Amino acid sequence: RRAAPRRRATGRPARPVRGAVHSAEMECTLGIIGDGYTLIAADRNAARSIVCFKKDEDKVAVLDSSKLMGSSGSQADTVCFTEYVQKNMALYEITNGLKLSTPAAASFIRNELARALRKGPYQTNLLLGGYDGADGASLYYLDYMASSNKVNYGCHGYCSNFVLSIMDREWTPGMTEAQGLDLLKKCIDEIQVRFLAHMPLFSVKIVDKDGVRVLEQPK
Amino acid sequence: MARRYDGNVTTFSPEGRLHQVEYAVEAINKAGTAVGLLATDGVVMAGEKQKVTKLLEPPKSSEKIYKLDDHAAAVVAGLTADANILINEARVAAQRYKYQYGEPIPVEQLVEKVCNHKQLYTQYGGQRPFGVKFLFAGYDAHFGYQLYLSDPSGNYSGWKATCLGQNANSGQSILKSDYEATMDTEACVKLALKVCNKTMESLSAESIDLFCLKRKDDGTMVHTIYPQETVAKMLEEVKAEQEAADAEKEAKAVPMSS
Repeated sequence: RRAAPRRRATGRPARPVRGAVHSAEMECTLGIIGDGYTLIAADRNAARSIVCFKKDEDKVAVLDSSKLMGSSGSQADTVCFTEYVQKNMALYEITNGLKLSTPAAASFIRNELARALRKGPYQTNLLLGGYDGADGASLYYLDYMASSNKVNYGCHGYCSNFVLSIMDREWTPGMTEAQGLDLLKKCIDEIQVRFLAHMPLFSVKIVDKDGVRVLEQPK
Repeated sequence: MARRYDGNVTTFSPEGRLHQVEYAVEAINKAGTAVGLLATDGVVMAGEKQKVTKLLEPPKSSEKIYKLDDHAAAVVAGLTADANILINEARVAAQRYKYQYGEPIPVEQLVEKVCNHKQLYTQYGGQRPFGVKFLFAGYDAHFGYQLYLSDPSGNYSGWKATCLGQNANSGQSILKSDYEATMDTEACVKLALKVCNKTMESLSAESIDLFCLKRKDDGTMVHTIYPQETVAKMLEEVKAEQEAADAEKEAKAVPMSS
């Protein structure tokens, strides 16, 4: 269980609700559903304000052998919360001998975000992608306000202003892996031309019936 | 010998037994019969009801069969008041799971939660164990139709067909010889009535609750407690078949030479 944060005398939660979340806007996570796979990509910058600490941060976590989660936001929460979800899912699997389906995982994650929302919200935006045998590939867009939506493609951050337009026009149902990567490349190219922050590198992961794979950034 | 170690639930006897738990199991062995069978297309359960007297107001819902969630139900044998507490636990656990995961709770996990709660009373606090045995019937996407039996110790096991309560042994032997995994709900209902006929002193449509859990093609679950007229009709058939079988057996018996 998380320890409750110290409360201020005014009754506002001890952790700031605004401000820090805006660092999430300068990052970019993208997700695409294709024919029997879900692609999740994220930029590799770890930055705060005008300083970039490192350019090889991996923000796409592998939750289990059939789920990926791209996260953006203040690092304490993206790393901590992602690990919290990961370990809870592992615990579920060991206790019950069953794997959580992607919709069930999305429900669990959203529940945790909602529980913390009126205490000390997790300042992280998430894209949950998974593959379940019977129901195929699925992608969930979750944000720090504990919203959860099942989508065909999604993007978090300021980059979404550019990326979503491209996805709206180019995405079709049932794209092959090559087509999906092609669409991803178009999005990344646009980010690198038009977005203020310099984002040369992206981590790309894919999940399908054979599990999770790490892919090279499309050139 | 047992006398010195049976006063407390929380005391082992020198032979390593928990007498209070065993006594709780004994209490249920005197209780009304219950039987459950796994069919290819559903789960069938039946429970013997309390003796019906003229003045007794019939309960508004079944006293033996309880809905735990859309996809799970339970039959009770033992102390009804104890059962109510555990049924409530199960219902809350099922909804809590659905709240968290957006999906119905897998049946075994529901059974385990109830059983873990029962186990507490065999280890902590000095309070007596629950005097209830449950037959849990359920369906989930992971393992399909399932039937579980749990006892006051907190142990549970999965069954294809089983019997508990009074005369459970004779019921179980009938199941052993007559049950087949290929039976559908119709056949299982008949077999359930046949078992009840053997284990109960006087079987009639008013003295049992007959239940079936089935899943429709569109995924909705259907809980059916058969109305008394239907049960009465099925009972007639079963009793007729039983009498015919008994008569055949007698005719085949070799006559004693004088």
